Amino acid sequence: MNDPNIPYVTTTPQDVYEIKRISNVYPEDWLNPEPAECYQLVIVGAGPAGLAAAEMAVSLGAKVALIERWSIGGNCLNSGCIPSKTIIRTSRLYADMRDANRYGGQAPADIQVDFAAAMQRVRRIRAHLSGSDSAHRLAAIGVDVFFGDVHFTGADSLAVKGKTLRFKKALIATGAHPNVPVIPGLEQAGYLTNENVFDLTTLPARLLVIGGGPLGCELAQAFCRLGSKTTIVQNLPLFLGGEERDAAQILSAAFARDGIQVRLNTTVVAVRVENAEKQVDLISDDYKNTIAVDAILTGIGHLPNVSGLNLEAAGVSYDAVNGIHVDDFLCTSNPRIYAAGDVCLKHKYTQTAKVAARIVVLNALFNKREGFSSLIIPWCTFTDPEIAHVGLYVREANRLNIPIKTFTIPMHEIDRAVTDSQDAGFVKIHIKEHTDQILGATLVARDAGSMINEITLAMMAGIGLRELADVIHAYPTQAEAIRQAAEAYRRTRLTPRIRSRLRRWLHRNTV
Amino acid sequence: MNQLRMRSDEALLDFLQQAAFNYFLDIFHPVTGLVADNSRQNSPASIAVVGFALSSYPVAVERGWMSRADAVQRSVRILRFFRDSDQSGSSTATGFKGFYYHFLDVKTGARVWKSELSMIDTALLIAGALTASMYFSGDSPDEIELRDLADFLYQRIDWHWAQDNGATIRQGWKPECGFLNYGWEGYSEAILLYVLAMGSPTHPITGKCFKAWTATYQWENLYDYDFLYAGPLFIHQFSHAWIDFRGIRDSFMRDKHSDYFENSRRATYVQREYAQRNPHEFTGYGENCWGLSACDGPTVKKQKISSIERQFFGYAARGVPYGPDDGSLCAPAVLGSLPFAPKIVLGAIRHIMQHYPQTLTQGRFASSFNPTLIDNNSQPWVSSGHYGLDQGIILMMIENHRSGLIWRLMRDCPYIKTGLHKAGFSGGWLQAAFPHGAH
Repeated sequence: MNDPNIPYVTTTPQDVYEIKRISNVYPEDWLNPEPAECYQLVIVGAGPAGLAAAEMAVSLGAKVALIERWSIGGNCLNSGCIPSKTIIRTSRLYADMRDANRYGGQAPADIQVDFAAAMQRVRRIRAHLSGSDSAHRLAAIGVDVFFGDVHFTGADSLAVKGKTLRFKKALIATGAHPNVPVIPGLEQAGYLTNENVFDLTTLPARLLVIGGGPLGCELAQAFCRLGSKTTIVQNLPLFLGGEERDAAQILSAAFARDGIQVRLNTTVVAVRVENAEKQVDLISDDYKNTIAVDAILTGIGHLPNVSGLNLEAAGVSYDAVNGIHVDDFLCTSNPRIYAAGDVCLKHKYTQTAKVAARIVVLNALFNKREGFSSLIIPWCTFTDPEIAHVGLYVREANRLNIPIKTFTIPMHEIDRAVTDSQDAGFVKIHIKEHTDQILGATLVARDAGSMINEITLAMMAGIGLRELADVIHAYPTQAEAIRQAAEAYRRTRLTPRIRSRLRRWLHRNTV
Repeated sequence: MNQLRMRSDEALLDFLQQAAFNYFLDIFHPVTGLVADNSRQNSPASIAVVGFALSSYPVAVERGWMSRADAVQRSVRILRFFRDSDQSGSSTATGFKGFYYHFLDVKTGARVWKSELSMIDTALLIAGALTASMYFSGDSPDEIELRDLADFLYQRIDWHWAQDNGATIRQGWKPECGFLNYGWEGYSEAILLYVLAMGSPTHPITGKCFKAWTATYQWENLYDYDFLYAGPLFIHQFSHAWIDFRGIRDSFMRDKHSDYFENSRRATYVQREYAQRNPHEFTGYGENCWGLSACDGPTVKKQKISSIERQFFGYAARGVPYGPDDGSLCAPAVLGSLPFAPKIVLGAIRHIMQHYPQTLTQGRFASSFNPTLIDNNSQPWVSSGHYGLDQGIILMMIENHRSGLIWRLMRDCPYIKTGLHKAGFSGGWLQAAFPHGAH
């Protein structure tokens, strides 16, 4: 994929942490077990979905095989959520140091970023967390763990390293890989994706991030704060295509404050290597220019991992873009075979993969009819501020002709956000008009990812906005914004007629 | 200035309105009739400002600031210029498909600054042309020509083309790259654009297009006000300069038991509420000092002021509650809300005139002032010169407040009526126009 002569081509440093991680997620001396005669559940892929399904099925007494081609833990542990959140934490530290004056502190005179130390911390934490899902631990709880490439050999069988595994039911959870845009010269110039960016040991002095989706936004901000002169290019008018306009605009403003060169409505048309640097041609409507960078990070979204599985032999329908076709019960065109996670779902999040796995175990092994569409799934982009969402967007509700009203609390109204000098953002809670039923919410706040869980819980439990006003929130916390939105709702219920009735009652009873 | 403040509301408004009108008299090219975007040297013409100029002449005639003959002559000159302008869509033309480039050379009318063919600014221009055609209803050859020209220019606009086969109207087009990659999302000043585009007998868009646009509306409760949200104040004003939205409702506003006029009133109060809360602790903000809108602003580097680091944004669409907010306030945008909330607007205007007299020169408000950024003499930063859009909105909204002249004229404009009707508006004064309510 990358030319070894170009800088920033990466291989993971083989330090003590990496050796530990490998021994957990892909032990070199692993011997595949002798397959059982027939498994009640064979799981292809040991990412979050596969692991969640394996642990649940085994705990419920099923005979389970789990097959992984590469590393247990999938993208999330090895090249996604875990390493990205780890590096984001370090980048926040440096941002806060530079921003110390804002908090009444003294900014250090000379802030030197130790990038190698930051990345070593990523490898240490990744290795540490890999222990909880190690091959040995899975084997110890009764999962038959196989390493190797899988291909289906029939409707109820597949092969791994020459051995045939038969199954009553199977789950395909092979995940997805970065979708690298087709740009002339990019392949030759070399590029990073989430799969190898965490292997860097030297900070690129100048970084171009192509794509303004969640991971692109998170890493652009993190690398900028670690000291890379960062440019982010997005071919749409706003970042985070699906998110609310105000959220995306607040993010753009935060990026500008951080010093990121923001190029919206911009397309990368060509990349060339000249004098050992990458020359990148950009076009925004009629404006063309060229920037020089040392590294390019890309991967606009992810494409499902469906090739090489011989899905045709199993009668499993799929396509290269949407992945494996499933019904609402996550069953494929072969009634014995189910799918979960990034290989089949539009929303490619770890939490979605895990909950889908739970549905598959119940539906496949216990003949349940749990539907995926009825789930309430929150998600979060871990920029600063974070952007979290659950449920419906306003435009979706409008399209569905659901009358919707939004209760908005700017974070500058929240004492704790002010005391923390973190007042950029908002809580917007959408309700079905003339009711207090919560349809969804978008939160932009430094810890929006944690705050969204309260809304999700309320939606799941059928708690309306009126009741949320009665939930006592610890004061002062930023989550107080949710209660304030509920209070605002309650005030709208105090119509002039009710007010005058109250006045009359008080007059009668308190004089 | 003290004398000014002593005047009655009516006298004060008359003074400010006439001073605003004088912008269009002073900054006017005698050959093309085009009006400069702003009073600074070498400013090009803005087609939107020309739209305001065309709307200002009837007001000036009514108020005795200009003779009818002069007003007709100026209007006809402008309209003739656009009729005869280069519509080839080349990089130095004036327009294409009946639309015009946003900024034009005042002397020649050729496109400048590689500006975009602007759908919204063309709408503001043509609204001005239609205003003139509604007012100058006489039988003289000049007035007949004026009306024919306005009709010709309106009917030449290919609104349907501006959809680019999409659900909504595109924001702009350039000969170098085609349609720009921006869409209209959320409530904006484009309601006038959609109404004009639907009222066209020649190249209309469909009602579906309006529905697609309103599907991105957000009805929000902010600071205890329920309203159709948009941050900058001008968004709540520009369409209202021409269209009387009192009592007429589309399906969105019917559902909300409100109308766009009431919405702008609430948006004005939200602005004041924001300034009172003053989350970013800017100097001067308060009950009588507010007005975040699209306006000029300081372009100085970020600096520490009273131990807070401040960043400045130059010309930007400022809004509440998410900003951008750099302490710059736009007095013209405050006056633009006069018909919606006269009491708080007049309170704010008097306060600004008293405390920041530097913002008023030749009787005209500067685009913005920033009390947080002061010079060595403790004087607030003030935008230099004047902007045509500011003077236009001041003039028209004062007139609508005082007499309702523009609203009355445009209520009789058949294109506006048809456009509103096709967009699903009904009730109020529109009921008389379409008594059966059939779409």
